[in-house]
Amino acid sequence: MTTPTEFDAIVIGAGSVGNPTAYFLENEGLRTLVLDELSASGQGQNKAAIGGVRATHSDPAKIKLCQESIEIFSHWEERTGTDIGWKKGGYCFPAFTEKVEATIKGLLPVQKKFRLNIDWVEADELKRVVPGINENGLRGGTYSPDDGQVSPLLAAESFTREAERLGAVYRYGEPVTSLVMKGNAVAGVRTANGEYRATTVVNASGVNASAICRMAGLDVPILPDSHEGGISAPVKPFLDPLIVDLRPGPEGKTINFYFGQDANGQIIFCYTPIAPISGTNRNSTYEFMPIVAARLVEVIPRLKNLMIRRVWRGLYPMTPDGSPIVGKTPTVEGLVLGVGMCGQGFMLGPGVGENLASLIAHGGPSIDPEVFGLLSPGRDLYAGKKEALK
Amino acid sequence: MVSERVERHPILDVPAHPETVEFSFDGRSLRARKSEVISSALFANGVHVFGHHRRDGSPQGIFCANGQCAQCLVLADGLPVKACVTPVRPDMTVRSIEGLPPLPPDDVPLHLRREIPRVETDVLIVGGGPAGLVAAAELGAHDVPSILCDDKQVLGGKLSLQTHNFFGSVDDCYAGVRGTEIGKILEQQARSRRSVELWTESPVVGVFQDGVVGVVKQGHFTTIRAKSMLVAAGAREKALAFVGADLPGVYGAGAFQTLVNRDLVKPARRLFIVGGGNVGLIVAYQALQAGIDVVGLAEMLPECGGYKVHRDKILRLGVPVFTSHTVLRAEGDGRVERVVIARVDARFQPIPGTERTFEVDTVLIAVGLSSVNELAEEGRRLGMRVYSAGDAHEIAEASAAMFSGKIVAREILRDLGKDVEIPADWVTIQAMLRSHPGPVLGYYPPPSEMAVYPILRCSQEIPCNPCTDVCITDGIAIPEGNLLGRPKLVGDCVGCLKCVAICPGLAISLVDRRHDPTQQTARVTVPWEMPEELVHVGDPVPTTGNEGEPVGTGKVLRILAGKSLNRRRLLVLEVPWQDAEKVAGVRVRTPEAPVEVASVGPVADDEVIICRCERVTKEMIEQYLEASGSRDFNAIKAALRTGMGPCGGKTCAELTLRLFREMGIDPKSVTPPSLRPFSQEVPMKAFLVEGDDADRV
Repeated sequence: MTTPTEFDAIVIGAGSVGNPTAYFLENEGLRTLVLDELSASGQGQNKAAIGGVRATHSDPAKIKLCQESIEIFSHWEERTGTDIGWKKGGYCFPAFTEKVEATIKGLLPVQKKFRLNIDWVEADELKRVVPGINENGLRGGTYSPDDGQVSPLLAAESFTREAERLGAVYRYGEPVTSLVMKGNAVAGVRTANGEYRATTVVNASGVNASAICRMAGLDVPILPDSHEGGISAPVKPFLDPLIVDLRPGPEGKTINFYFGQDANGQIIFCYTPIAPISGTNRNSTYEFMPIVAARLVEVIPRLKNLMIRRVWRGLYPMTPDGSPIVGKTPTVEGLVLGVGMCGQGFMLGPGVGENLASLIAHGGPSIDPEVFGLLSPGRDLYAGKKEALK
Repeated sequence: MVSERVERHPILDVPAHPETVEFSFDGRSLRARKSEVISSALFANGVHVFGHHRRDGSPQGIFCANGQCAQCLVLADGLPVKACVTPVRPDMTVRSIEGLPPLPPDDVPLHLRREIPRVETDVLIVGGGPAGLVAAAELGAHDVPSILCDDKQVLGGKLSLQTHNFFGSVDDCYAGVRGTEIGKILEQQARSRRSVELWTESPVVGVFQDGVVGVVKQGHFTTIRAKSMLVAAGAREKALAFVGADLPGVYGAGAFQTLVNRDLVKPARRLFIVGGGNVGLIVAYQALQAGIDVVGLAEMLPECGGYKVHRDKILRLGVPVFTSHTVLRAEGDGRVERVVIARVDARFQPIPGTERTFEVDTVLIAVGLSSVNELAEEGRRLGMRVYSAGDAHEIAEASAAMFSGKIVAREILRDLGKDVEIPADWVTIQAMLRSHPGPVLGYYPPPSEMAVYPILRCSQEIPCNPCTDVCITDGIAIPEGNLLGRPKLVGDCVGCLKCVAICPGLAISLVDRRHDPTQQTARVTVPWEMPEELVHVGDPVPTTGNEGEPVGTGKVLRILAGKSLNRRRLLVLEVPWQDAEKVAGVRVRTPEAPVEVASVGPVADDEVIICRCERVTKEMIEQYLEASGSRDFNAIKAALRTGMGPCGGKTCAELTLRLFREMGIDPKSVTPPSLRPFSQEVPMKAFLVEGDDADRV
């Protein structure tokens, strides 16, 4: 079987953003090719995600895109008949310090403006939301019951299968070596196997995004840094929400950390290092588990009886201002970006994909164009202030 | 009360009055031997089903008995633990796990110290079996600091399960000594060196960035920075995928040896063995020693791959060996009750109409071993200087592993700048010890003009020579002059019986025609390691030829025992004059006819489990591979959870690769599963150091 070489759109990257984008492009009737350098779908940053999906951000564009993602994820099983591990357990940001309380309370007005179902919950009520939470110093917290979790592994698999069912062509082990340019417009891509033509090319290539942009002469600064994650053996479900503890750790290495119980019953966890670890090294460190273990049992002491199954290290494609870069490039016609997800590509993916498909097929996003424009590739990437709830 | 214990054993010490403790299982009060593991205590009480799988309610029990899978999970005092590595404590409340285990609501906060224990050494040795222990002793002899980590309480690795006399040479690797004893000798040699640290109950669980190795040292996560790592982690048993392979009662031969030879439990009454390599053949013999009946052994190939002497000794005892046969299915309601085998054609496909069914309660899988080499691969990938020895390097006998440990230790010493040599003859001997058994050439015929003489039924080139060493007249020699050749009687025989007593293959009998001038009867002495109640002085016993063919009847004249026999006994039989050279052994069981059952249907792929932890069937994987066209193991993991369970793909990875091959996909084109710590599940508590930071000195 030979792969056709003419497409309406080519998506570079079969990951958190690329797969939903391909799916929605095919939904719009656009013949789509997906290329990935790895040997299967979702094998880059996607599979390192812990799968939390929340609309409770502070950046309006991320709020809107993630609201769409939640809509898509939560109805995916109805839509396709495939279980992707959706669990509507909410998100909880407990406050053990005055500072954290002030931070999360301060975000509530923006979040409520976007009609997010989130509120401050007093400590007594929070104990019901988070069974076994350490009561020492607990002041309360925010709780957003409509947020949830999805299995990144199952989601990547299912988006791929559904996109293929609609006609998308996937080619693995084929890194893009150059873009086919026609003046200022992109006309296709080249790989070791030859040339594929399309007037639209979507760069959804995660940590490779800068390199792809450079092929069109664009300087889009996306630098990877790395975060470690881990997962336990499954236990009987007891914890509904994902927990985000915004306190820096007493060990001096973590700025915050988060965890939850997935649809399988496994506890999945991750922390944000105080000093970002740049680069593409994905080897686990010996200190991750001791550090995160201490933090986990500090918040929920009963977690001390878990068995830890696996740890890993994934990459965050970071932008200078900490916000994703999504939309058409102002200078290269046909080149569309869904890049720089800063570690939130999985939760943003379906929303970004739906909007990019709409942008490509109809000329405009599905959410408010003004809000969508906040993530524009044309913005000054060094001007914005960093997101509060990274 | 049920007591499935080995009460008497011809080789192993059975404690006369073991200390016992009380515990309960699902509300029933039971007794365990003090500090034995939960799984063995349960087996001893006749409990073989430890719970039911959360996905499909399938019964779960023992599989690896080695702490590597989590099939034997139980709730012990409220916490999920692996029954096979967790000792019973007095008054422990054990419950079966039905579905997911709950996390006990123990909400007392801990006081933690922020520290990660770390140590440094020159050489980290992973695994305290024959290769690791010998390497440690060799490094110790040159004062090189080393730490040897082993996950078990007792060092020696699988040596501690080997009750048979070892092959090999007396000078080089303790030939003629039992594995259990060799393990103790090697441990002592390593322990006597000041620069060697031996860490038991300390599994190595991962290699991290910059080559830092994580060890759970007696329950506490500890990091080791070593100049070199020697992986001597041994091997794991290969699995087979067939219908019913996931039933409790189907498990590996190694697991069986652990239960029987280490814990003195009788896990089975009637056993069938799949695989005619040395492991399968030896385990059949060991089962009979423990008083467990072996109904048969099936081997896929036209000939058993193990030593002929191992095969012959079980044939003589009356165990049928079905070559060119495979296992079709294990059947039973909740645990094994029957096994169905069938003859295979030249392409190893079962031939319809050749099925035979046997009533058994246990099916042992002994279809080969694969090296445990993930740590070595990870170490190399992370820039460590890594060496492998023993089975972790190449599957062979333990005698070869000892040599491998010695040679690799010298290589390490050399790389560390020490002035050492690796003698050329070590390498030659290692190669011999590693060699596979040669073709069956027949044995040297006995010299009929002598009145007393041994018959050396050693018909295959195998690395072994103790008979030549012990002969007091120097009358036995290997004409080829090396370890591999067959022994031949070249000199006098005084009937001292030393060769009969030492031959690891039990392949020597002594014919003595000096006692009956009328030439009606002769005496034949054969080696005997079976339970003593099976033969008595004065009894008539059924005699067999070398390969189990019936000869006639002999009368037991004497049963020789004694310290120099190292627990082996010698049966002096009186047999008809003309039978003397034919008699090679005594039958203990009569092969039975298979059970008559209706012909079984074709094997259904939807019933064949590939991933035991996550209950993924062969059919699911085949369908996925066909639908997706994927050639990436990681995609199967993501889509179906194959290999995502507690064992981390130790069984299903190889089975899945075999499936690719069956589907006509070149395994070389398949992206292998990515390795991540941990190589086995680690308790969260291992990462927590209790106490206040202020306590730190």
